[in-house]
Amino acid sequence: MSEARKAVALISGGLDSLLAAKVVQQQGIHVEGINFYTGFCVEGHTHAIRKKDQAKPKRNNALWVAEQLGIKLHIIDIIEEYKDVVINPKHGYGANLNPCLDCKVFMVHKARQWIESKGFDFIITGEVIGQRPMSQRKETMPVVARESGAADLLLRPLCAKNLALTKPELEGWVDRDGLYGFEGRSRKPQMALAASFGFEDYAQPAGGCCFLTDRQYSHKLADLWTARGERRYELDDIMLLKVGRHIRPCPNFKMIIGREDGENKFLHGYRKQYTHMLATSHNGPLVLIDGEPSQDDLDLAAQITARFSQGRDADKVDIEVHTLDGARQSLQVRPMAGELIPRDWYL
Amino acid sequence: MSLNELDVRRMLCPMPVIRTQEKVEQLQVGDTLTVLCSDPGAIHDIPAWCRVNGHQVLDIRQKDEEISIRLRVCEE
Ligand code: SF4
Repeated sequence: MSEARKAVALISGGLDSLLAAKVVQQQGIHVEGINFYTGFCVEGHTHAIRKKDQAKPKRNNALWVAEQLGIKLHIIDIIEEYKDVVINPKHGYGANLNPCLDCKVFMVHKARQWIESKGFDFIITGEVIGQRPMSQRKETMPVVARESGAADLLLRPLCAKNLALTKPELEGWVDRDGLYGFEGRSRKPQMALAASFGFEDYAQPAGGCCFLTDRQYSHKLADLWTARGERRYELDDIMLLKVGRHIRPCPNFKMIIGREDGENKFLHGYRKQYTHMLATSHNGPLVLIDGEPSQDDLDLAAQITARFSQGRDADKVDIEVHTLDGARQSLQVRPMAGELIPRDWYL
Repeated sequence: MSLNELDVRRMLCPMPVIRTQEKVEQLQVGDTLTVLCSDPGAIHDIPAWCRVNGHQVLDIRQKDEEISIRLRVCEE
């Protein structure tokens, strides 16, 4: 008997990629998973920075999917290369700063390179026509196949019956009759298929697979670009956008204020990279200052920091400021009244 | 057979898993690797990664904020 054909499945951790891989695996194909980490992925653990969320079960959904399928999973760091996708998407953004179509093209392109280097035969994705308004439409399916360079080596088992034949079907590696023709936004066919395979407890991300689909997150990222005068980011920047309350009193600096213990601890890890301050006369959050604040700005930030401490109703609060040159200064300030902080300072 | 160490403290998941995977790729079957990390998610993820990729977790220790996971590289 000839050796089994090999496919790599793009595993996001959601239900569709789980099903797509399973359908092909059932046809006797050797399947392995690949999961790309962009830095924006919605990870259970990033939520787990917050103490109140730490009680929730933590798991990496892509690894969970791989375990359900009994397949190997390769998690690949694409943080650096992905920047260009986010900053210059050829096909533009979705409702927020999510460059879904370019993102799909990029990931399938990376998968194409991967199968070539590993001697695999084709690529599987869990895409379904009409499932997402921007990236999963009948017109975009060929765009992904073409621009990624995957062409007819890209098989979408959940909607293959509504698409042109691909090489795995033409060569008889997989049987088209065993594939599906799902179309539209309904999740019912996927849920029924999941039930038929006995899959339960799968992840159901609401908006999409990453933070870029989140309105508030995108707003903070856009603000970062405006403040810096260029569209650029580092991993630390985009991690910090997921944490704390962000307040920008002036174009030249913003404050990142821990909302509870878990976040304060996380921000504490950044204290050597940022000017930071905290109340010493009262309990209060750790506050990072991003940008280049003047002394007046530091005084203003100290009043806001005092507002978020337990001394918010006190006449005076002592604030200790650590600047990047290693210097430390002590300020005594009156906490700013909550209503004096304009709404539009909050990002 | 060699003993190896990887320090991924302060990295958030899935970075500890990615760095572990990259390190394991450079090691030989039978080698052991001790991963030092601080994201509690790694307690779940690194063993899950080992299970799906066929490596063996030897022990997991946690002291305050610091976690150390020792694994043995197995035949893939
Ligand atoms: S939601 Fe994020 S990860 Fe998913 S396709 Fe869109 S940009 Fe890519």
